[in-house]
Amino acid sequence: MGERRNYLEKFAGEIRLKVLKMLNHRGFGHYGGSLSIVEAIAVLYGEVLKIDPANPDWPERDYFILSKGHGGPALYAALALKGYFSPEILYTLNDNNTTLPSHPDRNLTKGVDMTTGSLGQGISAAVGVALSHKLSKRGNYTYTLVGDGELNEGQCWEAVQFAAHHKLHRLVVFIDDNKKQLDGFTKDICDPIDFQEKFNAFGFYALKVNGASVQEILSAIEEGKQQMEKPVAIILDSVKGQGVRYLEEKTDNHHIRPSKEDQQAIDAAIHELELTLREGII
Amino acid sequence: MRTGASMTYELDQIEMREAYAGTLIEIAQKNSEVIALEADLMSAISTNKFKAACPDQFVNCGIMEANMVGVAAGLSLTGKIPYLHTFASFATRRAFDQLFISGAYAKLNIKILGSDAGVTSEHNGGTHMPFEDIGLVRIIPGATVIEVSDAAMLASMLRQVEQIYGIHYIRTIRKKAVKIYDEHTDFEIGKGKVLREGNDVTLIASGIMVAEALQTADILAKEGIGAAVIDMFTIKPIDRDLIIKYAARTGAIVTIENHNCINGLGSAVAEVLAEHAPTRLKRIGIDEQFGRVGTTDYLKEYYGLTKEHIARKTKELLGNR
Repeated sequence: MGERRNYLEKFAGEIRLKVLKMLNHRGFGHYGGSLSIVEAIAVLYGEVLKIDPANPDWPERDYFILSKGHGGPALYAALALKGYFSPEILYTLNDNNTTLPSHPDRNLTKGVDMTTGSLGQGISAAVGVALSHKLSKRGNYTYTLVGDGELNEGQCWEAVQFAAHHKLHRLVVFIDDNKKQLDGFTKDICDPIDFQEKFNAFGFYALKVNGASVQEILSAIEEGKQQMEKPVAIILDSVKGQGVRYLEEKTDNHHIRPSKEDQQAIDAAIHELELTLREGII
Repeated sequence: MRTGASMTYELDQIEMREAYAGTLIEIAQKNSEVIALEADLMSAISTNKFKAACPDQFVNCGIMEANMVGVAAGLSLTGKIPYLHTFASFATRRAFDQLFISGAYAKLNIKILGSDAGVTSEHNGGTHMPFEDIGLVRIIPGATVIEVSDAAMLASMLRQVEQIYGIHYIRTIRKKAVKIYDEHTDFEIGKGKVLREGNDVTLIASGIMVAEALQTADILAKEGIGAAVIDMFTIKPIDRDLIIKYAARTGAIVTIENHNCINGLGSAVAEVLAEHAPTRLKRIGIDEQFGRVGTTDYLKEYYGLTKEHIARKTKELLGNR
């Protein structure tokens, strides 16, 4: 586990660094919710997913659908690091005529499995993929990641009921429980109360893990794979802006157009992250 | 195809819903990738027969139209061909963003049957009465919009769209339609069907209004007015060439639809005429009104969709010559 963990932590660090650099280059973006999912993305693309970057459309692959589409930069960073496309392309994020729009588009970006960004919809598509695998008796897994704010959308709960009813046990739904949405704390806007209880009550096998721990995320996936009847929910106890102390503490961190002060802090974080990666501290 | 004054306007032998279920069984038995989806309206559209015949290719999603469209998108991602059905209002108004983003914008392959077209939703009334479904799908880039006029056409469309990748919306009634075509008629998506020739005016209709248009032509013929009748079953992409040709031939066009005049068949025809062949035009359809409860006959009378209303409005148009 130790070696694997080191590798995944390093991969997460590289993803985080790319996210910061690409958003920095653009000058604005969804910092908070891209950073909060970095460890989950690192575990998926660093270890778990059965994929072939040289053959993005490989029919035998596992699918990953980023339902919270505004986390796109984290996905793009992982895809670039895995070799789906050149890391240079990351710096075209949101440029005119780019292949990297802020919200993922399956027709523009190699490795993106579904077009998402209208919240609540990616989870339904993931359920459809999982259903397809089940109908065709294929053993492939389907992963999706939804935001805690995204779970305001009623469609998510339609998808959850459907997945439980059809016993889609090879479906894993990550919930990025970073406790904030655009306008503030989720508990103030529409209190989710307790995702683990909710998902269990809806017929899932629900686990809660530290969203910043690659080891806990990996263990949860492995535990979830033991399930033969129920779809799996892995609640990531995460922090918006995760891994960059300054951004974690910033109140309004959903979409940031950095001020001078913000920029200095972000640049310092990039510098620090580069040093730690170079020196192999992580 | 039967044309001319000998037409008797009899109802089909089978209901449209039986044609849907029966044809879909035939398609699914040949292609295991075809999956039929329902949102708790299996009994309303007779797909319980499909479920019995092809249990492994049928999914009743429950009352969750938005999720059903998303599930269809996911099925399409993995190479399946989903056919989904619900009442037209729910397939379009309710799940519009899902159809737009997860379906069309993502460039996926989904076949949608929207049933209970316009006034034929009868006793379900205004909440269920789709007068805008064609318009909603028409505005989605790349989507194909079809309104079928009888069972032979429905069967042909269901078979054809299996072979063409993309978003196809097929609008239908559920019960018996007036039989217009025989089973061997060829239909080409994107090409209107000329059912009757005439030199004074062209009646362009779709769905249940095709039979009404033919009967209107009978009335007009008795008064010495020669009306051409076109079944414009593909509303998008519309048959531009045919519209231009008949605009030139007859110099007057009447569109007739069981749908809002805005962004339906009438709008599609008007756009062609305005850009390519400015021609006197009367659009007959639902004008700035919501649905209401009643029998189809009552509602056709209420909204001015009967042959008598159409004949009168056609003569008014010709009188303004």
